[in-house]
Amino acid sequence: MADVKKIATRESYGNALKMLGEAHDDVIVFDADLAGATKTGIFKKAFPGRHYDCGIAEGNMMAVAAGAAAMGLVPFASSFAMFAAGRAFEQVRNSIGYPHLNVKIGGTHGGISVGEDGASHQCCEDYALMRSIPGMVVMSPADDVEAKAMVFAAYEHQGPVYMRFGRSAVPVFHDPETFHFEIGKGEVITEGNDVAIIANGLLVAEAIEAAKALEEKGVHARVINMATVKPLDNDLVLQAARECGKIITAEEHNIIGGLGEAVCAVIAESGIPCKVKRVGVNDEFGHSGPAVPLLKQFGLSAEHLTEVALQF
Amino acid sequence: MTASEKKQLQIAACKVRMGIIEGTHAAKAGHPGGSLSAADMFTYLYFKELNINPADPKNPNRDRFVLSKGHTAPGLYATLALRGFFPWEDLKTLRQIGSHLQGHPNMVLTPGVDMSTGSLGQGVSAACGMALAAKHLGNDCRVYTLLGDGEIEEGQVWEAMMFAHHYKLDNLTVIIDNNGLQIDGPIDKVMSPYPITDKLAAFGLHVIEIDGHDFEQMEKAMAEARATKGVPTGIVMHTIKGKDVSYMTNSVEWHGKAPNDAEYEQAMGELNALLAKLEAE
Repeated sequence: MADVKKIATRESYGNALKMLGEAHDDVIVFDADLAGATKTGIFKKAFPGRHYDCGIAEGNMMAVAAGAAAMGLVPFASSFAMFAAGRAFEQVRNSIGYPHLNVKIGGTHGGISVGEDGASHQCCEDYALMRSIPGMVVMSPADDVEAKAMVFAAYEHQGPVYMRFGRSAVPVFHDPETFHFEIGKGEVITEGNDVAIIANGLLVAEAIEAAKALEEKGVHARVINMATVKPLDNDLVLQAARECGKIITAEEHNIIGGLGEAVCAVIAESGIPCKVKRVGVNDEFGHSGPAVPLLKQFGLSAEHLTEVALQF
Repeated sequence: MTASEKKQLQIAACKVRMGIIEGTHAAKAGHPGGSLSAADMFTYLYFKELNINPADPKNPNRDRFVLSKGHTAPGLYATLALRGFFPWEDLKTLRQIGSHLQGHPNMVLTPGVDMSTGSLGQGVSAACGMALAAKHLGNDCRVYTLLGDGEIEEGQVWEAMMFAHHYKLDNLTVIIDNNGLQIDGPIDKVMSPYPITDKLAAFGLHVIEIDGHDFEQMEKAMAEARATKGVPTGIVMHTIKGKDVSYMTNSVEWHGKAPNDAEYEQAMGELNALLAKLEAE
């Protein structure tokens, strides 16, 4: 995919915030001393008076954002996923989730593709944490086009939203001219009835590559981009369960509590006979290393997805 | 403050204390001690200081109050009821299924509650967010928040203080109810937050110490807070936990315990006697 443009979705987040800020005066941005890394610095450069750095104090930032939302502003509060969803979990739960305040949380550097920083910064628990808060929308985009659309959709949605963005550059495969994003709706990217791969984040691009490899072996895989983990597109999951009978979930998250379990729950309660294999981080911590070999090592790759599908 | 004004506030505060006893007795649970210590401040805020209108509780230009020490909701509820935000009878539904009066304040359910609180240390941050947003929006409302002295053991409180000073939130008044007791005992025995005033001053707040049962001192401090520009104001008020109910006075035991029927009768008897005395004077 050498000729394919690659952009990290955190970069998309920063650019989208700037565009959103141009369109809506009520958008303000909070960051916790990571504006350069979360890319909210792009917004800050355009709107210095609408970007508030909270310093290294994520718990305070989330409750500050709640207060700002209670005053009618639409705050985007940003940090690394580890600290936004992890460290500040209880502030998000009690000050944002419980009063259902209109705060949008941007957790960047999600998953193990953070790479060299190692496990302390590789958040593979954020979907699980954020999914468990009533009324919280939980999403992660697959590429630049989707990330930007997601930020605008989050603004239009009334209520708290958690969005996870990635550190590493990922291929841009959506056409910005035709792409339409809707919260809670999955997207069928390739048609096929032999197996479905339900993925999100950077695993979508890997799933697309896996589908190509599988096609060469005569296996028709249906790739579904499930950017919204909650509320899950149950209809699309069940349709895949009925028509494919075999589903592989793929996410850069612990297999506990994330997309895979959400898919399993829907299928199990439906009574539709369908097997599921969860590809993700197998309940272990990551470690330091460059993102791409690290992802391969943890089986978060097209090669591994292909292998899992062939052995399914 | 005229003598008559002061008398009206004292009478209102006595009624707020009755509401606290009514609520916690009916609920068979709740936190009377810290509600009673803050009863005079609740009264001052809602009957004198805050620019609010019970008929228009969501007015965007109203002053905001965040009860960071959310467990003293019975005090806030009694004050809101007395001020006319909802019927006094609602106090008897405190903590019951179906009631809008949750164990800790809920801004979605209760008219007049500006922020959902209960998890200590978070309300003060939300108040900072409100004060920042007010400045951002050019809204000249003021934001008030009340914390417990035990609550300031939470690290987040100091993150918030740093934030309030950094963003020059002079529209924010942070009140600390220094009644000296927390659940496990005296605050200086459990985990001393002293010296409180020095800490607030070190974080850049303009600090005022008052007697938290003296309305004239409150009036002076609030005026000073409004006149203070460029920095937030911290008011450390010295109070008596369980004030005006004899057996709850300065008692750790009554931090989070409800009066039984006999204790209810005694408390209401004492408060009714106080009310009669205030009204007779």
